[in-house]
Amino acid sequence: MPSDAIQFENVSKEFFGIRALSGITLSMPPAQIIGIVGENGAGKSTLMNILGGIVTPDTGSMTCQGQPHKPAGPADATRAGIAFIHQELNLFGNLSIVDNLFIDGFPKIDRLGLLDKRKANQSAHQALQTVGLHCPVHTLVENLTPCEQQLVEIARAVGRNARLIILDEPTSSLTQNERDRLFSLMNTLRNAGCTLVFISHNLDEVLRMSDRIVVLRDGCLVSTGSKTEYTVERMIIDMVGRQIKNLYPPKTSVPSETILLEVSGVTRPGIIEDISFALHKGEILGLFGLMGSGRTELARILFGLDPCTAGEIVAINRPLRRHKPAESIHSGLAFVTENRRDEGLLMEASIEFNIALAALRQTAGSRSSIWVDHKAIRDKSLRVARDLRLQAADHKRQSARNLSGGNQQKLVIAKWLLTNPQILILDEPTRGIDVGAKYEIYTIMNNLAAGGAGILCISSELEELTATCDRILVMSNGRIHGDFARSEFNEKNMLHAAFKGLRTAAEPGDR
Amino acid sequence: MSGLRTRCTTLLAWLVADHFILVLTAVYFLVMWLIYPHMAGRRNLANLSSNMWPLMILVTGQMFVLLVGGIDLSQTSVMAVTSVIGSMIMTSRLDPAKFEHNPLWGVILSENGGLLAGHAMAVPAAVVLMLAVGAGIGLINGLATAKLRMPPFMVTLVTMSFFSGFAIYLTQSENIMHLPDSFIRIGKGSLGPVPYAMVLALLISLAAWIILNRLVLGRWLYAVGMNLKTAAVSGVPCAGVIVFAYVFSGFCAAAGAILYSARLEAGRPTLGQNLLLDIIGSAVIGGISLFGGKGKLRWAFYGVVFFVVLDNSLNTMPLNYYAVDIIKGAVILMAAVLDVVRNRLNQTGQISVGT
Repeated sequence: MPSDAIQFENVSKEFFGIRALSGITLSMPPAQIIGIVGENGAGKSTLMNILGGIVTPDTGSMTCQGQPHKPAGPADATRAGIAFIHQELNLFGNLSIVDNLFIDGFPKIDRLGLLDKRKANQSAHQALQTVGLHCPVHTLVENLTPCEQQLVEIARAVGRNARLIILDEPTSSLTQNERDRLFSLMNTLRNAGCTLVFISHNLDEVLRMSDRIVVLRDGCLVSTGSKTEYTVERMIIDMVGRQIKNLYPPKTSVPSETILLEVSGVTRPGIIEDISFALHKGEILGLFGLMGSGRTELARILFGLDPCTAGEIVAINRPLRRHKPAESIHSGLAFVTENRRDEGLLMEASIEFNIALAALRQTAGSRSSIWVDHKAIRDKSLRVARDLRLQAADHKRQSARNLSGGNQQKLVIAKWLLTNPQILILDEPTRGIDVGAKYEIYTIMNNLAAGGAGILCISSELEELTATCDRILVMSNGRIHGDFARSEFNEKNMLHAAFKGLRTAAEPGDR
Repeated sequence: MSGLRTRCTTLLAWLVADHFILVLTAVYFLVMWLIYPHMAGRRNLANLSSNMWPLMILVTGQMFVLLVGGIDLSQTSVMAVTSVIGSMIMTSRLDPAKFEHNPLWGVILSENGGLLAGHAMAVPAAVVLMLAVGAGIGLINGLATAKLRMPPFMVTLVTMSFFSGFAIYLTQSENIMHLPDSFIRIGKGSLGPVPYAMVLALLISLAAWIILNRLVLGRWLYAVGMNLKTAAVSGVPCAGVIVFAYVFSGFCAAAGAILYSARLEAGRPTLGQNLLLDIIGSAVIGGISLFGGKGKLRWAFYGVVFFVVLDNSLNTMPLNYYAVDIIKGAVILMAAVLDVVRNRLNQTGQISVGT
């Protein structure tokens, strides 16, 4: 019996005190397609990053084809025959296919380093034949479709004699025909003896393509087995079926009938289609969707960062048309963005500077004030920081960069609280922060809602939403596919709704 | 090991401390004074002062653009073009031999001078027009950068080339002499012991200080330079803020042109030609970051003082023209490297920068 392609033995990994993986023991037989599923944060990427040498495990060991596998970096993993094809492709659009294939090791004629172009062209041509991409090797990569670019990545793996190819969400940007083409290539590679790891949110496809299924949840291996043992339903149950511990504060707010934010028919072609909903006073409204479902795009449109082509947005009886963020803020909106580092904070600026940024005019007493009121800023920033239990040494000197993730998130919220918002849009408010800080963020949300604010909370963690929200909208493929009141919360149905759009998207010709 | 580390960090903290450049300048000046005693002589000090104030005005304007993460290479051509236009308004006599072939001969120029020659309002009108043209060129730079999202380096390189060419075309490469005495007094006169140039520089600095430290606009300038996306989400009118920075820079360049033209008693189509390195060099030496979002008016002032003293001392030494430029270039390069080091230290969280 041949040795396993990959064997994990008790592999664990912590990031800043948070368990990302605990004690994974798993073997992947050779020449099979192994589907890995799990919610965001379940540990899929960490496991694959360990395999690919991007992350080193805290404990445990791996073997690769019977040999110990201890990659110090991605180059070691490549040498061991492992190729990692990321969701966002790793190609240089301005270079030709052949240049991309040999970017890290052009065949050389001699020690002087002259490139052997002829040999490179020949091997490139061969690799392209294997993956079924029939175009000249000198074509620029930027002129290829996403699917063809993916094939180039696979050709690169094949060209290096990879024995194990990891495909992370390979189908998310492909049409159905392209998917079929990719799937038949996957089968060909498997039959040629290659092991493939297939990571996808599209459970139907995972079930269709894989020989074995691996389900991860909260960094643990929940179940694994041959695909005949699985259905989409079982995968969903395995993915979410966790015990609810005391991770969430009790709900204290009750939504009222007053509508704060009314959205009707908002459309931006290709991004979101015909979005309508209402957010009430005192309500925490969840918006669930997978990555790419259009949830962040919707938030940006509501806040006036991106335009919409049709539809109406009314915030506290004030219609917002072609509005800019400044107008949204004046109408009582606040937007805690998904990415603290790039969009939420000025990392180099002081805490006080950050807190004051969105409310410079309000703190000075009038919307048209041009003067900065330093004293008011000082007082208000200290007060809001105390309310949110933001832990910082020195508001004036300490920069946002020197805060922990949880405190950075509180800083973003503090910034918005200074504008006295009535409508808060929170995009992934607890991403990348520890459990304790999460609890505090949920408490802040509760208190704001109890104080009469409406909160639209976007998340890809269903459990978080069911625990904190009064109502949950499920978004997929740019549309709202479900509206669940608290009494109807059912993770299985919601996941079905979230995946529903993907299945319709898989129709031929649809992008 | 850790003791050494702490000591290194302390040293670096001192290196990047606020007053380092001023201290360095003072030490350098003292050393030079010992070698060349006339450095501190009355004439040389007056010379230093007259070089410093116009440069201070230019660097103040440049600083605003650097703060929003841009760069304004067109300042020198703004100086040339405004110097020429202002002079064409107020000159009292033109030599037909030189200006007969000028495209504006017979239109606004004649043997009897420029458009408003001899008119009581000639000087105020010329000054206002110069400032307006400077701000207008800044507006072009700002709109192209903020609205069309063109790279500032490219935009201002093009306006630099265009307007310095335009200035030479307008005058057919001749200097315009015979400017009114009241205009010349702006560059050479003084209010008691205080030269007008200094008064103007301090007024512009004061305005800049108020904008940066007391106005909402100042916070916006820093925010836009530190992170455009965060600023946009936070409701900052980013495009407007960027346009303002370029307009202010153009305005300052025109104000500088007024001082230089008055001092030279001429409208000169090549005015400011060699000043670009001095302007950006002073800003960088002062510690204003080329990456945007970081800088103080005081730093700009220190940078100008250092640069003027350096320039003055190099000219005192028996060095040829090229050696002076080589040394100046080397000093600016060192300052730019220090900027990168400071940025990196700041990103690893060892030193926090106050804004």
